[in-house]
Amino acid sequence: MTVITLPRRRPRSRLARTEAKWGLIFIAPWIVGFLAFTLLPMTATFIFTFTNIALDQKVPLSFVGLSNYQTLVSDSDAWGSLGVTLRFAILALPINVLLPFGLALLLNSRHLKGSGLFRVLFFMPYVVPFVAGVLIWETMLNPADGWINEFLRVIGIAHPPDWLRDTTWVYPGLVFIGVWGIGGGTIVYLAGLKGIPTEYYDAARIDGAGYAGQLRHVTLPLLSPVIFYTLVLGVVEVLQYFLVPLVLNQGTGEPGGSTLFLNLYIYKNFFTYQNIAYGSTMAWFLFVITLAITLALFGTARRWVYYAGER
Amino acid sequence: MDRAETDVSSAAPPVRRLGLRTRLRSGPGVRRRSARNATQSFTITFITVIIVAAFLSPLLRSFTMSIKNPDQNAQVDGPLLPYTAASYTYNGREFDVYQVPFPDGTTRELALIRKGRSSSEFVDPKDASQTLITWQGQWRSLTPAYAFDPQWHNYADVWEQINYPRLLFNTLAIALIGTLGTIVSCTLVAYGFARFRFPGRNLLFVLVIATIFLPSTVVIIPEYFVFSKIGWVGTWLPLLVPAFFANAYDVFLLRQYLLTIPREMDEAAAIDGAGPVRTLVSVLIPQAWPVIIAVSVFHLVYSWNDFFTPLIYLSTNPDLVTLPVGLASFSGARIAANPGLIQAGTLMTMVIPIVLFLIFQRFFTRGIVITGVEK
Repeated sequence: MTVITLPRRRPRSRLARTEAKWGLIFIAPWIVGFLAFTLLPMTATFIFTFTNIALDQKVPLSFVGLSNYQTLVSDSDAWGSLGVTLRFAILALPINVLLPFGLALLLNSRHLKGSGLFRVLFFMPYVVPFVAGVLIWETMLNPADGWINEFLRVIGIAHPPDWLRDTTWVYPGLVFIGVWGIGGGTIVYLAGLKGIPTEYYDAARIDGAGYAGQLRHVTLPLLSPVIFYTLVLGVVEVLQYFLVPLVLNQGTGEPGGSTLFLNLYIYKNFFTYQNIAYGSTMAWFLFVITLAITLALFGTARRWVYYAGER
Repeated sequence: MDRAETDVSSAAPPVRRLGLRTRLRSGPGVRRRSARNATQSFTITFITVIIVAAFLSPLLRSFTMSIKNPDQNAQVDGPLLPYTAASYTYNGREFDVYQVPFPDGTTRELALIRKGRSSSEFVDPKDASQTLITWQGQWRSLTPAYAFDPQWHNYADVWEQINYPRLLFNTLAIALIGTLGTIVSCTLVAYGFARFRFPGRNLLFVLVIATIFLPSTVVIIPEYFVFSKIGWVGTWLPLLVPAFFANAYDVFLLRQYLLTIPREMDEAAAIDGAGPVRTLVSVLIPQAWPVIIAVSVFHLVYSWNDFFTPLIYLSTNPDLVTLPVGLASFSGARIAANPGLIQAGTLMTMVIPIVLFLIFQRFFTRGIVITGVEK
């Protein structure tokens, strides 16, 4: 092997070079995978947006400039599907972040007996195949004899909603279907709660803080990194949401287009209309939106996320 | 883990060494406080039981539906368990069974053979001689007899209709091969990041983490495009090959664990003349087995439950699809389908992930904790 000594850099020892060589050999699978399954496809998608590429190319392949983007700007279905996604996100995101938090507080309570068993039970549905979960919750939400409406009738609501066939109620219906995924977030929050030193609570109690005060001044700040992590992953997830409606009604967007999510519309363009170029344009549109929101969240993190190790 | 410790301290064994505390414990205020604690414990545990029952009630609903036939499932406000009006075959014809009261106070379940205005003729299904019994009274006032009538055959039916053995084999094979690839590739990559210094290591690791937050839509389209051009659509390859090139979650999990193993161990092995590969295999892997189990279970469950990838790559060949895809297409063609069969299939699809989770739940939750809390 020829030894190349780079200028302006301390010549590294032979040992260091061997170490670097081995390190790169070991991470090679990831580098190859990253190039082949992430970077290259992303670049390709980006190039596709300027072409008329299709799965079965009928017209000659050519660059079409910004015409896909022009189509996107004037495509009311695309903007409608973005609206659907955002509407659902506004409802689902706070629930997906706060419900596991509340459950973790409950499971972490020192008054709760048998919390180990409860943890297992609350976590178990997390491993249920997503398709199975959808099919089970669909029967729970059945307007005539689903248990949710049976329960609502028992507590005096005479005409409970037809969850999955109503353009408004379908969103809380979808939130119900997602509730079995609560276990993952709960476990993370629970671990965060266990990591808070009890001395902090003792100090807060001496200062006269009650349960709410301790939650507000000890738990929330110390758990803010976990909340942040859950929030960012939740945003990425909810912006890509489309699999549940795909299984529920084969991606028709029923009822009345209210479940035509942005990602569902992208996949329809791709797999149903086989329009790769336009599908790619919208995929990048979704990617940029996700990136923008994620970066904005990271921007706000400085103000409300507390990292104990910092400074 | 630390869970057990907090439990012990909250149970607060009496402290005899400190006179002050002993005196405080026996005071009336303490008794009142422990009574309040007991009430609180009861209330909170009770509320949690209610919540967990509601949370898991869909499983019960699914199970009861899975052992009913379409008629039993169609009954609005029908009983929870599968019941059907009992009937009895007499001389080649079906007759309804009623609960018939007799003057001596007994009630017998009899099949109504001949309906009359003021008296009817019955036969006792349990009576071998099948002599007709005449009963005085209006048969319309009788309540029909219900028989517990579970449709266990639903499970056998769906087993055949979705070709369960074939789908089970596909799902298992894809999950196991993918798990093998994930463990091998992720362990190597995690070892590289945890133990070797090389230029750009930190930047590359940030890149690994960043891919966790990347929406998959933006990469799936060209991937599908390329896989379809090289003829991989309709084969397992698009599901298996990427598993051999590591993924961010599992690399992160393994790296975090490897970092907790003292370096002195590998240095000792190096002094004994072991190369990097030998050190990994004989020093680190034997100590990292809890996290390797966690990654295996993660990937098995992930692969078992994955829906979209097998849907787009395997749907063209029904013999190659996995259980979730088979189940979805079975329930998708549900116009005249039988909800009992769909629920039976649903439960049969989730048995293995749930059993895996219950066996390995410790490793499973610890794995989630590492990825969730440490970054």
